[in-house]
Amino acid sequence: MSFFARFAQNRGALIGLIILVTIILMAISAPLFYPESPWRMVQRPFLPPLEVDGFPLGTDTMGRNVAAGLMHGAWVSLLIGLVSTLVALMIGVPLGAVAGYYGGLIDDALMRFTEFFQTIPNFALAIVLVAIMQPSVTSIVVAIALVSWPPVARLVRAEFMSLRHREYVEAARLVGQSNRTIILRQILPNTLSPIIVLASLMVATAILLESSLSFLGLGDPNVMSWGYMIGAARTVIRQAWWLSFFPGLAILLTVLALNLVGEGLDDALNPKLSRERS
Amino acid sequence: MLYARLIVMRLLKAVVVLFLIVIFNFFLIHMAPGDPAAVLAGEAGATDEQFLRQLREQFGLDQPIYVQLWRYVSGIAMLDFGYSYRQQMPVFDLIMARMPATLLLTGTAFVLSLALGILAGSLAAARAKKPSGSLIMALALLFYATPLFWVALMAVVLFSVYLDWLPAYGMYTVGAGYTGLALALDVGKHLILPATTLALFFMAIYTRMTRTSMLEASQQDYVKTARAKGLSPRIIQRRHILRNALLPIITLAGLQAGQMVGGAILTETVFAWPGIGRLMYEALMQRDYNLLLGIFFFSAALVIVFNILTDLVYRLADPRIKEAS
Repeated sequence: MSFFARFAQNRGALIGLIILVTIILMAISAPLFYPESPWRMVQRPFLPPLEVDGFPLGTDTMGRNVAAGLMHGAWVSLLIGLVSTLVALMIGVPLGAVAGYYGGLIDDALMRFTEFFQTIPNFALAIVLVAIMQPSVTSIVVAIALVSWPPVARLVRAEFMSLRHREYVEAARLVGQSNRTIILRQILPNTLSPIIVLASLMVATAILLESSLSFLGLGDPNVMSWGYMIGAARTVIRQAWWLSFFPGLAILLTVLALNLVGEGLDDALNPKLSRERS
Repeated sequence: MLYARLIVMRLLKAVVVLFLIVIFNFFLIHMAPGDPAAVLAGEAGATDEQFLRQLREQFGLDQPIYVQLWRYVSGIAMLDFGYSYRQQMPVFDLIMARMPATLLLTGTAFVLSLALGILAGSLAAARAKKPSGSLIMALALLFYATPLFWVALMAVVLFSVYLDWLPAYGMYTVGAGYTGLALALDVGKHLILPATTLALFFMAIYTRMTRTSMLEASQQDYVKTARAKGLSPRIIQRRHILRNALLPIITLAGLQAGQMVGGAILTETVFAWPGIGRLMYEALMQRDYNLLLGIFFFSAALVIVFNILTDLVYRLADPRIKEAS
């Protein structure tokens, strides 16, 4: 069975993929539909949804177009989710690989370091980092990456530990390949599928983290984001529920889609495992 | 005896972790843009030069950095977390005043999510091949993907604004002057929405974990034996599978405690719950970095306490583990 056929066998994953593609299209086409800045006042404030043409989701407290904010916000969420996950992989994969491959003292030291980061409450650490570095796309990416790499390191370490004594690794050692080559060329490619699955779930978590940060007012002040929209509308929730409702729904759908896709990838990449595992 | 040794070991480890966080905090203050004195006073930007000079002297910022570090660390060792100039109170007192509310909220949410999660997870495992089992898992996935702060806001809209069943803000009715049982009931009523919305996300995690863990346990040989000797499926499910599946859940529940403290920041912000999460939000709004770092330290301490407690529970639940760590 082909990779895609195995993926598509999981109906949830297929639905997730469709939602995800829609959101990506939304992000890409935002400048086409709403070329103006989503920060601009364009109508009277507190316009309910479906009342005036061109404002399907109404306007917010400052008369900004909610639909425009939603589409432009998709771009930020996806970008921050993706980039911070890549940065987290760049920290976690090397640490886990070295710890798992060499073992012993190096492993001990690196795992203590990882444990330290796991003990600190993720979200509180992210808040403190962004607050001190000042909110910007860069500081948010750095903060999210710094709190999300430990699971990567643990996963990669476990994979390396189970693979490092396999015959093909011993063979590579016998023909005189350096440790570096064995790590990068022999073992790492064999750990890719679990890493990819974990990464897709991490993008989802990163999007949740980003929206939570900008909800608390720690978003980049120059870019429109879903979390910011909800945070800004929080105090008027009694008068205008739709201002918080739609951005939240967007976050929910994106995170849900990424989780479904992650499960589908797991099925497609690890066909040997039974479907019983969740 | 063994427990005593274990607790001492864990406490030593906790001290090391907290010490590292203190050092980390110290460098964060120096990383922040602007004068550290201004940062500590929560006055980033223009301030009275005389006041700043006085602060610099007070914090010893004219001293070499290792002297500053020493002063900072030894201060915290004596529970001196500095002064919040914005709130006009020592940071330690501020945090301690807010701690009980957070403990009540996270404690309730923790128990609620664990109990409901294990229940839903074992139901889903028992009906793994039926639609009802799939439905539970679909709901769990939905809650897992829902932003905490959004579900909290939507709960306010539904249960407070439209249905008017439950209070949306605060911990008790201001000015009602309740005492005793009436006060407890009043707090309980205020607690329902924050605790439930905070618990939803974690309930989803525990549901998924319980199901996986139970399905794994159900393939063990002793389960086959129990089945072969004709025990009823319900007894097997409860006595043989669930009991053994619980162990990994306890471990993971302890690890999740950290996330719950983080989640409480969002929940408390939405519901104006007077705990350290709400205090953190206030500190953020006022750029009160000294207070922010103090809360960060205490949230980490809280997580460590949770971890030690689950470790002890784990050992009670499974006497086989003695010197594993």
